[in-house]
Amino acid sequence: MADEVARQGDEEREAVISARDLVVGFSGEPILDGLDIDVWRGEILGVVGGSGTGKSVLLRTIIGLNNRSAGSIKIFGKDYDDMSNQERQEIGRRWGVLFQQGALFSSLTVLQNVGVPLREHMRLPEELVDELARLKIEMAGLPADACGKYPAELSGGMIKRVALARALVLDPDIVFLDEPTAGLDPIGAAEFDQLILKLRATLGLTVFMVTHDLDSLVTITDRIAVLGNRRVLVDGTFAELRSFDHPWVRAYFNGPRAEHFTFG
Amino acid sequence: MRSADGASNDVTVLGVAGDWTVETVGEVLPTVADKVTPGHHLVFDGSDLGRLDTAGAWALVGLMRQQEEAGGSSELKGFSKPAATLIAEIDPLGRERLPEPERVNPMAWTLEEVGRGAAGIIDDGYLLISMMGEASVAFFNVLLLRRRMRWAAVFNNINQAAILAVPIIALMSFLVGMIIAQQGGFYLSSYGANLLVVDLVGVLTCRELGVLLTAIMIAGRSGAAYTAELGSMKMREEVDALKVLGLSSVEVLVLPRLVALIIALPILTLVSNLAALAGAWVVGLYYLGIPTDVFLSRLKAALTVTHVLIGLSKAPFMAAIIGLIASIEGMKVKGSAESLGEHTTTAVVKAIFMVVVTDGIFAMIFATIGI
Repeated sequence: MADEVARQGDEEREAVISARDLVVGFSGEPILDGLDIDVWRGEILGVVGGSGTGKSVLLRTIIGLNNRSAGSIKIFGKDYDDMSNQERQEIGRRWGVLFQQGALFSSLTVLQNVGVPLREHMRLPEELVDELARLKIEMAGLPADACGKYPAELSGGMIKRVALARALVLDPDIVFLDEPTAGLDPIGAAEFDQLILKLRATLGLTVFMVTHDLDSLVTITDRIAVLGNRRVLVDGTFAELRSFDHPWVRAYFNGPRAEHFTFG
Repeated sequence: MRSADGASNDVTVLGVAGDWTVETVGEVLPTVADKVTPGHHLVFDGSDLGRLDTAGAWALVGLMRQQEEAGGSSELKGFSKPAATLIAEIDPLGRERLPEPERVNPMAWTLEEVGRGAAGIIDDGYLLISMMGEASVAFFNVLLLRRRMRWAAVFNNINQAAILAVPIIALMSFLVGMIIAQQGGFYLSSYGANLLVVDLVGVLTCRELGVLLTAIMIAGRSGAAYTAELGSMKMREEVDALKVLGLSSVEVLVLPRLVALIIALPILTLVSNLAALAGAWVVGLYYLGIPTDVFLSRLKAALTVTHVLIGLSKAPFMAAIIGLIASIEGMKVKGSAESLGEHTTTAVVKAIFMVVVTDGIFAMIFATIGI
């Protein structure tokens, strides 16, 4: 199995996700046209781009929520189109998604929300489900007394943390984060960054992160892909992208908000 | 096994082998629970460990804790670095006990719910009066030209509530007209009084059934839609946004819907009346053998304008009740999807019930004044 190979920590780069020639559009001009992207195992990939360049569309297309009109997506080395329903379901256990607004189930408590994947996909005693859910809630940096609350009673930052706990509860191989630090205060955002780093160190996660937070990009991403002109304009580390010659990329990585980041 | 360093402690070495993951932990846990032995020193040997994830690490940490509580001790040996990090990461977590959910006395709970229900009815009364007041104020502000009417919203709502409802209401009323004519005709024909079917259907539908059927259909159709619309706007803080902009949510959201319904329901009632009469005419023609000219002249004699007006006069009141109840329930929606469903259901049930009650009150009034 692919993941056994990977957990041994091989040196060769293995693509967890590779998309080729993606074309995605909703009635009219395509939003993504001929896009290629690879996500390597164990890396934290940041995806940036101006508003409306299709960052969220790309994420939703990879996880199968949007239809594409052309192109192929390989997940864990298998083409998504060739998979049986059974295989697709299994894939669903191996990735976690943090939606921009959290997408918590509003009629379930925090503990129940986090327990949903465990309850639906695994056969575990009820007690253990609650224990594991609670463990993940604490790992996501929430106090234990948040467990009994409903999503409507939570602050924005707490919702993100609960959503992350739910995304991680099955110890997925890859997590997709859609603007994880948007709407968090700088301290909360920095904690969130550290949390993701820590989780990667302990769980060996691969992270696909759509973000606009320059601090996150600098601190935690291994590689940044810039979307523009309906495809990936360029990818590389923060330092590499600074010297890339494209008006938007230059403005983004050398603008007033990015100035104070210096690299030896 | 005896420990090497002293006789005081019994040392047991447990090999932790295979995969300890969320897939397997459910099977593994029951088989290892009896390994906890008071007074022993347990050594968990992880040199043959396969995959380990949070669930597996949690199971190991749990065993170590149980061993500690039983008065023993434990240590880890031979775990790979990532596995050891994961276990160390989890070790401090999940120690605090969760507060037990409060136990409730079923008797007290029942009494409390009954009380809340009763208080809720009174609250609903206040809400109805308050919403009616706010809507009236908004309406008079429009009449006095202090505020403008949102005609675009009104006509949009009329389109939704009236025009798009015409086919279903016409079809339903046509069928009901046919059924009444057939059932009535079946018995009346044994007295040779076929022709009285025209009186029966004409008076019954135009006075009572037309408006009642239409109001019930509209309560289910538009009432539910209004509650769901307002409720989801409430959930997404759109109602709050209006308030902050200095706009009255009743004026912007409720009044156009209310006005639209008050205009729509009488029109739909007329449609319903005509469709029911058409149904009766078809059954009369083909089942009871009443020729069209006889049907029409009999109808002219039996059905006076008063009957039709009585039916129509109820429509605006029923429309107002449906609109008000739907709006109130919509505004009561709280954060969850469950709450939206609950209030939409309540709105439809209450609106239909109140429509029937209103019809009864009108019947009493008309009986008293003798028309």
